[in-house]
Amino acid sequence: MFTHGECMETFLLALLLMAVGALLTGVVALRPVSVATNRTANFIGPASAAAACLLGAYGLFSGGWSSAESFILPWGLPFGSFALGLDPLSRLFLLPVFALGFTCALSGCISLRHCDPSEHNLGAHWLFYLLLLLGMTCVMTARDALLFMLSWEIMSLSPFFLIDFNDRDRLVQDASWVYLVAAHLGAVLLIAFFALLWQQSGSTLFSAMAMKSPSHVTALFLLALLGFGAKAGLAPLHVWLPEAHPAAPSHVSALLSGAMLNAGLYGLIRSFDFFGPAQLLPGWWGWLLMAVGMLTALMGILKALAQSNLKRLLAYSSVENMGLMVMGAGIGLVGIHTGSAWTAALGFSGCLFHMLNHSAFKGLLFLCAGEVLHATGTVNMTALGGLQRRMPLLGALFALGAASIACLPPFNGFAGEFVLSLSMIRSLELPGMEQKIAMLACLTGLMLTSGVSAAVYAKAYGMTFLGQPRTSAAVDIHALENRLLLPLLVPAAACVCGGLFAPWAFKMVQPTLEFIPVMHAGLMAPAGHVIASTERLLTHISLFGGAALLLVLIAVLARRALLARSGVKRGPVWGCGYQYGTPRIQYTPASFVEPASRIFGHVMGTTVKVTKTDGLFPDPASLDVDAPDVVRGKFYAPLFQLMERACNALKILQNGLVNMYILYILITLVALLIWGIA
Amino acid sequence: MNLWRYLAEFALALVLAPLSLGIVNRVKAKFSGRHGKPLLQLYYDIAKLLRKGEVVGKGTTWVFSAGPAIAMTSAVVALSLLPLGGVASPFAFQGDFILCAYLLGMGRFATILAALDTGSPFEGMGASREALFGALAEPVLFLALLALITTAESLGVEKELSLSTLFNGFSPQAWLSGRPELIMLIFVMGVLLLVENCRIPVDDPNTHLELTMIHEVMVLDHSGPNLAFVLYGSAVKLWLFASLLTGLVIPVMPVWAHTLCSLLGMFLAACAVGVIESVMARLRMHVVPALVGLAGSVAAFVLILTLVR
Repeated sequence: MFTHGECMETFLLALLLMAVGALLTGVVALRPVSVATNRTANFIGPASAAAACLLGAYGLFSGGWSSAESFILPWGLPFGSFALGLDPLSRLFLLPVFALGFTCALSGCISLRHCDPSEHNLGAHWLFYLLLLLGMTCVMTARDALLFMLSWEIMSLSPFFLIDFNDRDRLVQDASWVYLVAAHLGAVLLIAFFALLWQQSGSTLFSAMAMKSPSHVTALFLLALLGFGAKAGLAPLHVWLPEAHPAAPSHVSALLSGAMLNAGLYGLIRSFDFFGPAQLLPGWWGWLLMAVGMLTALMGILKALAQSNLKRLLAYSSVENMGLMVMGAGIGLVGIHTGSAWTAALGFSGCLFHMLNHSAFKGLLFLCAGEVLHATGTVNMTALGGLQRRMPLLGALFALGAASIACLPPFNGFAGEFVLSLSMIRSLELPGMEQKIAMLACLTGLMLTSGVSAAVYAKAYGMTFLGQPRTSAAVDIHALENRLLLPLLVPAAACVCGGLFAPWAFKMVQPTLEFIPVMHAGLMAPAGHVIASTERLLTHISLFGGAALLLVLIAVLARRALLARSGVKRGPVWGCGYQYGTPRIQYTPASFVEPASRIFGHVMGTTVKVTKTDGLFPDPASLDVDAPDVVRGKFYAPLFQLMERACNALKILQNGLVNMYILYILITLVALLIWGIA
Repeated sequence: MNLWRYLAEFALALVLAPLSLGIVNRVKAKFSGRHGKPLLQLYYDIAKLLRKGEVVGKGTTWVFSAGPAIAMTSAVVALSLLPLGGVASPFAFQGDFILCAYLLGMGRFATILAALDTGSPFEGMGASREALFGALAEPVLFLALLALITTAESLGVEKELSLSTLFNGFSPQAWLSGRPELIMLIFVMGVLLLVENCRIPVDDPNTHLELTMIHEVMVLDHSGPNLAFVLYGSAVKLWLFASLLTGLVIPVMPVWAHTLCSLLGMFLAACAVGVIESVMARLRMHVVPALVGLAGSVAAFVLILTLVR
């Protein structure tokens, strides 16, 4: 069973490289910070991360995409074992980790190259970056519960230090604490999950856990859903995302959003292995996942629509996309439960395909947002505008990412969305009216989500890059040299290729299906047909996308040819005859979504503060539109305040008198004695 | 054979598309007691505009210049997925309605971005409204499509479902085989036609006040060939939605008869748009979502009725 080939060795070498890189940067971090140490760290860190990622990616592909290998290092963790494995499911989730790990390392290296040593210790930064990479890689390959939880903790802890990069900023500190609390509450549930499994199977190896059908499966499932869902950002556990992503440096947000969130989804899918035979699983699990996913997606995208901060908008959109993926997994479960190969195969493959696509465009968009922040000093769209003219390449890259994530053909987002919507079309195969209606309602919800996401990204791109600069921040920019944008071409290429070569991209997802634990053999044969026919449909889509691109090109060239004689003149923009408009009268991010907030206001949580003044000598009036997180403000804040009050009430016990403490000890001893006698 | 027939129908559609707007205008003129502009006015306009130079706004970028080309192309490509004049599209495939809807979305996205690129508050206004109404119209279109799809599946149409099977004489067949509820989809498609093409009562293309417009205000700054692209693209889009509408009504018949019937259907659809524009006023902006919602609930009702069978 435990075979290992060349590819596993390459892979282990990559892990080793990350560890060595972490060690070296750790050593650098301990030295007193100076320009020289920062420069050394900024070389060692990205170089080892990039090299390890390249090596790891080579390891993924070299042994054949669909083979499964496992390997136990004879190191022996206490209580567990160092069992690693590579199967298509792990490979698929490792692909974004390595691709984004590479891109973000290079991009981070560029953006941190002039970092002030008195403020930042880059050795520490890159140490935790490498640890995050190491943690993610081990999470996706661990085949032992203890190793999994250990890597999970490394993966969850290191972002805390990465997010807290600008630690003098009060808001950044808050954000990183919110992140830490959320990550740990999730981890507690996961520890309970694995402890229960361990108790029942007597082993920490995944393979042993999977052998045994446990009791209390529903409790286990809920623990997994909450624990992994907190990482993936499912509503209402999403509150850490909109805080953490804007606070973190952009290359970190890109990695967190494009690769780390996936770990939640990975864990959820992997944990299906432990619930016993697929046919015995309760049918409502799939529906629960679908409902949670759909609601998360709708809430996420509507919250994204309301945001004026570009990175917060992107964070909420990550919530939306994770919701869509979990919905896909739910559809897959429903399909398995009802025995519909179409629904099962397309649900799961849609979920995984969308995961790959999301990593590509979200990584690209976060990195672009980082460049905007670097150039202008702000990501508040109310202050931006007109950047397309000043930074054409960056604008084009952002436009590409926006078009992909808004699910426009011919880019990769559409291909994923196509598979997801197709999975829900065969609803008639479901038994029961309520199931059919629920499935179709979900499809309609998906359409609404994608419609709104087009509006969100029209706003994100339009307000940041188009129009006139709204403030001086968008005028006096530190424009980057184009060659420094080179790392961004990696995710950009993935966006284009994922759409124009969609069938090939989809092929990568295909072998994964066999390794989705609940896909039992009875469904695999018809699922193969479904996948083959979907590939054919994706070929149509790619051809149409290519044809559309070609026709657009022809139309653009035709326009140029027509204009060759008479030429293009520049004139003022039509303002209803009024020629003295300033950039300040442009539509703002808040006014752009005002019509939507009349309909979806409750979900968007838009708050408007107006100070009007009148009188002969009025003070300046002001209008402040914000969209704080309703779940955080209305649910978590009161909850944690309540907990704080309860804890404060217990302070009576802790009164600082030593003789009281001795009394406590005495009482405890006496109580124990009585208990022992009884 | 089928390919050539389809290409002929497709070419006919591309040639005749601007005529439908001419008919709309003529009907409106007759209603208000005027003679109106020539039926072929849009052809003259396009021909004239293609020869002219362009004035583009200061500070605009390639996004502004490429917007109309993308919008026009996406409408044309989306049209090629539809069955035209009784001939199924040779490019049809299972699930092509998803591609069709998203191609229209692509055109809308490009138009919105081109409008935002000018930085004019009026165009921002139009963009904001178009973004919302587009987002709302998309699920309604899908509800209507799903009603057709579930009917087709429950009637045992074994073929892979595409626009060419759903909008090519399928719906009248379904009415006769005990699914009369599908007749209500005509209303839904009609509302979608008005919303997506920005006609009264959703938007007034001819008002004198930019503040009250949606689509027209977004394309205020285009001129020359780009304006020609915009006009032609919106004509094709109108033709596309009218084809969907006639596709719901016309039963299966020989190709020549089907072609004639669909041309007649186009004519009637254009007249209907003209009549609606003449007898109604534009709805207030915040009532438009209610209209879309009404169409959506009708479509959902039809869908549930088809499921109950």
